[in-house]
Amino acid sequence: MTGQGPLSEEGLVRLLDRNGQRTAHPEYDAYAADLTPETLRSMWRDMMLTRAFDLEATALQRQGELGLWVPSLGQEAAQIGSGYALRPQDYVFPSYREHGVALTRGVDLPGILGTFRGLEHSSWDPSAHNFHVYTLVIGAHSLHAVGYGVAMDRDGLVGTGDPARDAGVICYFGDGATSQGDVNEALNFAAVYRAPVVFFCQNNQFAISVPTTKQTAVPVAQRASGFGIPGIRVDGNDVIASYAVTQWAMQQVRSGQGPVFVEAFTYRMGAHTTSDDPTRYRLSLEEDYWRERDPIARLEAYLEGLGELPQDFRDQVAAEAKELSTRTREFVKNAHPLDPVVVFDNVYAEPHALVDQEREWFDRFQKSFVDQGTSGGHR
Amino acid sequence: MSEDLQTASATPGASVVEPPSPTRTMTLAGAVNAGLRAAMERDPKVVVMGEDVGPLGGVFRVTDGLHKDFGADRVMDTPLAESGIVGMAIGMAMAGYRPVPEIQFDGFIFPAYDQITTSLAKIRYRTKGTVQVPVVIRVPFAGGIGAVEHHSESPEALFAHTAGLRIVSPATPQDAYDMIQQAIASPDPVLFFEPKARYWDKGEVDTSRVAAELAGPDAASVATAEIGRARVARQGSDVTIVAYGPTVRLAMQAADVLHSEGAEAEVIDLRSISPLDADTVIASAKKTGRVVVVHEAPTAFGTGAELSARVTEQAFYHLHAPVLRVGGFHTPYPPAKYEHDYLPTLDRVLDAVDKVLAH
Repeated sequence: MTGQGPLSEEGLVRLLDRNGQRTAHPEYDAYAADLTPETLRSMWRDMMLTRAFDLEATALQRQGELGLWVPSLGQEAAQIGSGYALRPQDYVFPSYREHGVALTRGVDLPGILGTFRGLEHSSWDPSAHNFHVYTLVIGAHSLHAVGYGVAMDRDGLVGTGDPARDAGVICYFGDGATSQGDVNEALNFAAVYRAPVVFFCQNNQFAISVPTTKQTAVPVAQRASGFGIPGIRVDGNDVIASYAVTQWAMQQVRSGQGPVFVEAFTYRMGAHTTSDDPTRYRLSLEEDYWRERDPIARLEAYLEGLGELPQDFRDQVAAEAKELSTRTREFVKNAHPLDPVVVFDNVYAEPHALVDQEREWFDRFQKSFVDQGTSGGHR
Repeated sequence: MSEDLQTASATPGASVVEPPSPTRTMTLAGAVNAGLRAAMERDPKVVVMGEDVGPLGGVFRVTDGLHKDFGADRVMDTPLAESGIVGMAIGMAMAGYRPVPEIQFDGFIFPAYDQITTSLAKIRYRTKGTVQVPVVIRVPFAGGIGAVEHHSESPEALFAHTAGLRIVSPATPQDAYDMIQQAIASPDPVLFFEPKARYWDKGEVDTSRVAAELAGPDAASVATAEIGRARVARQGSDVTIVAYGPTVRLAMQAADVLHSEGAEAEVIDLRSISPLDADTVIASAKKTGRVVVVHEAPTAFGTGAELSARVTEQAFYHLHAPVLRVGGFHTPYPPAKYEHDYLPTLDRVLDAVDKVLAH
């Protein structure tokens, strides 16, 4: 499963092996030193909640309640680990699979499903969480991250030495996105302007059906050096390493050292989306291999080894997960469209004659059915 | 079955081998697939390329089985970069290939917008006709499938404004089968917009006609002319409804309702947006004096606006009513639960027809 090229495990920072044994690392141990058993338990909890929510969303899609779902299954460590390394003042640009990061930013998970039920294009106010809305156009947000970071730097929010003030930007994307022009332009712009941006690539090994080996000839992190950006590879199924590497990377950018590229090497355990059928392009043997490297089980084994995962905590998290699933189901089943005239809202900030005219026409047209006492139309 | 065969089979002792029927039932997606296959068999320079078009067979399975049968050199899974896909296709076309890149969804064509409008459309002009770029870009487009953002758009007018591109959209399996092959045979670049909500519609497809046409002399010229021609999908005398791609079925439904009410609609399936077969539309407008254009794309600055101008310029004194447009609003494509309010509906088409008939 491993070898040369983009899927090589060479140089991956790993602090927990697949059996949950802590391994020493000369550089990155220091960046995980502040992880108390309590924080680790909290990470485990958030990974469990992310998975429960994700599985519930997949089930709801199968039941026809959602148009589509984008599973995060298997990527919980990369997301929770990196999310825990962020401060409230940092700004996050997610792609569309970062449900775990969303949780760490205080986004209400069930609310996300309004988008996948076809009710809205986004469900949270980015400024309330410093977490931008999901971007479905692959890699488009990477340039926005650079612009946001440059603006932060210009406003004196970077490199002041005040930990409560210094901020950075983190941009999430996948292995497929690294092929896009926008992402390559973003890397170049970030390097030129020394933008405080961590480019966090979750290499989950597939862009829908296309494997990373057909996406890039070298490990994606290796490309960063060509732009003048340090690139680092981390075991994305190791939550402690994901945390430590992101800690380091965010400290770099917040202190004004310029951008950093992190490749979190992980595996998309589920489909690209619920519209996809992975059996057409990958072997179940490969899925089995990665199931044995499950990120949650790994942290669980570590905590158990430490004697830091008591049964009452497990019970509490199980209850929370169940409650989240129930709340997710109820939210979705009770989420219905508003008066369709809302489609004309927020096209512009100020009045626009054509939109106003069309809105008025639409409203009148719609009401003409009500006047006739029919719901199915004029005829 | 022909009369000869019937006679022969009735003759005792005569052994009759049924010729393979050239007519098969296909879905629209299946018809594009069969058309691609036929084009690839006909010309070894035809290459399919794009995201997930290989072993997966495309997200709509339009390239299903092609990778298995033609191999990875003829059916190329590409890195995830639309500009890269189209730009590379242009280069291959310059070197004598016939690339058929797929853009996975309408809303993702924009990273390739520069390559399409600045290079693909203009290379022939810039090189005084010495360099051909016969690229056919397939784009599943338009809405109605309950998809998330950027998966339901109708950007055809954005491209129609650019000289150098031919822009077509089939509405039936027969046209899908024929037109994909004709587009590939054309020496000009073609944007081939496939109405994704109609992918599963079934119809009879006669595979023999286009095969004979493309084997004949001047095949490229004949094929190019064919994809530029509109089709009168239904004859009528009271009003002309012009549609293309996803709205042709809607226009036919409207014509059925109108017939039951005593009005006869002529339905024109444009098939081509650039060039616009104005002659067919003008002839119909002169006959009925009333024209309604229906498309999913926003009406503002759209195909309907262009048609309305042409009809007004060329058939003004035959008109009994202004040309009306039914289409999308001047808003971004809304969330899926609202798309049926945004898209033209039967009611909105009939409302427009009522208005022109009232004059």
